[in-house]
Amino acid sequence: MGYTLNFNLIWRHFDKLWGGLLLSLELAVISIAIGIVIGLVLAVWYVSAGRVVRTIIAGYVEFIRNVPLILLVYLVFYGVPTVIDLAYSAPTSFVVTLSVYSGAYLVEVFRSGLEAVPRGQLDAGKAIGLTPWQRLIHVRLPTMLRITLPALSNTFISLFKDTSIASVISVPELTYGAQWINFNTFRIVEVYLVTTAMYLVTGYALLFALRLVERRFRAAR
Amino acid sequence: MLSQILYALPFLAEGFAVTLWVSLLVVVLSLIAGVLLGVGLVYGPAPLRWAVRIFSDTIRGIPILVLMFFVYYGLPAVGLHLQSFWAAVLALTLFKTAQVVEYVRGAVASIPKGQSEAAMAIGLTFRQRLSSVIFPQAFRRFLPPWINGVTDAVKGSALISLLGITDLMQAINQVIGRTYEAMPLYILGALIYFAVNYALSYASRRLERRFAFIWD
Repeated sequence: MGYTLNFNLIWRHFDKLWGGLLLSLELAVISIAIGIVIGLVLAVWYVSAGRVVRTIIAGYVEFIRNVPLILLVYLVFYGVPTVIDLAYSAPTSFVVTLSVYSGAYLVEVFRSGLEAVPRGQLDAGKAIGLTPWQRLIHVRLPTMLRITLPALSNTFISLFKDTSIASVISVPELTYGAQWINFNTFRIVEVYLVTTAMYLVTGYALLFALRLVERRFRAAR
Repeated sequence: MLSQILYALPFLAEGFAVTLWVSLLVVVLSLIAGVLLGVGLVYGPAPLRWAVRIFSDTIRGIPILVLMFFVYYGLPAVGLHLQSFWAAVLALTLFKTAQVVEYVRGAVASIPKGQSEAAMAIGLTFRQRLSSVIFPQAFRRFLPPWINGVTDAVKGSALISLLGITDLMQAINQVIGRTYEAMPLYILGALIYFAVNYALSYASRRLERRFAFIWD
């Protein structure tokens, strides 16, 4: 034993952690936003499509969900540029990866939500003369969003934590900042204590905020 | 290109064996620890319940990568020297244990209160209620998500490549380092992980259907 905690060096380099946390949040927000678009479009398409389209969408979802994120991150950053002539930065590469990754998880969330919309609501929409498009926008999607909010919150939090994987391609987010301080100051225990606290506080603050939103929009039972 | 990959296959197989071995260790160890702590969380005295709740919420609130670095770099700093392999297994097991705790809590909580009350009414002791009424039913609720969660252990094990352990992920990176065939090898790796995990999640779905209760 005989390890004395000394946080001085952590505070001196705290900008690495703080800037890292902001970048983590930024990566998460952008990827989730793109992921929501992918998820919504594919889920709506899935429930109304024929067998071929369904198989392709299901294939995308199953493939992404069963492969480690770190491998996908490597594949997009180191693999793809060897095949097609494209140059992109590490943060862009990670955002692309996490968007495609979150899209796969969100398709599942939205699809089960769409299937849970009560039949009667759609019939009621039809009865008052709404077109299929109006039924989707005014009836199906709002109800589906209310149903899926709790599952959405959990997915968001877990995607925020997944941004730590960006450190493996040297994106300077929070985990990368922690590693930097670890290697340069050797205040190992301190830096991971502070980093853990930052992830916990941010994660639970997000969760708390999302729970408030859920309560506001809870589906009427 | 193909010959290079064929040449690398035995090396990849060794890495794959490490991936499976780590996953198996993590799954078994976390099952034991998670069920004990989970039962403690549901039926234990208040201090134990709080301790398990704090453990589970903390571990599940941080990225698995941070937990792994904390354990790997932090333990030697406080004088505990583990081989990197065992540090990795410890970190992944801690993470998985927190998940198993929640599966156990969820499974027990999903059994209707009437079951427990009926058991009480026919005079079963606490221990009998657990072993002959609650646990057999909760087990059916526990098994499908748990098997599905095994895929998380397999996927999570890819992170140990960052500690310099030659698992499948690291083996792939090393072969790429020698052959520069990044795309085919990453795709091959993805397919291997996919095959294992898809089989597991398929089994989980089958079990879920088979274990569904009448009241579902």
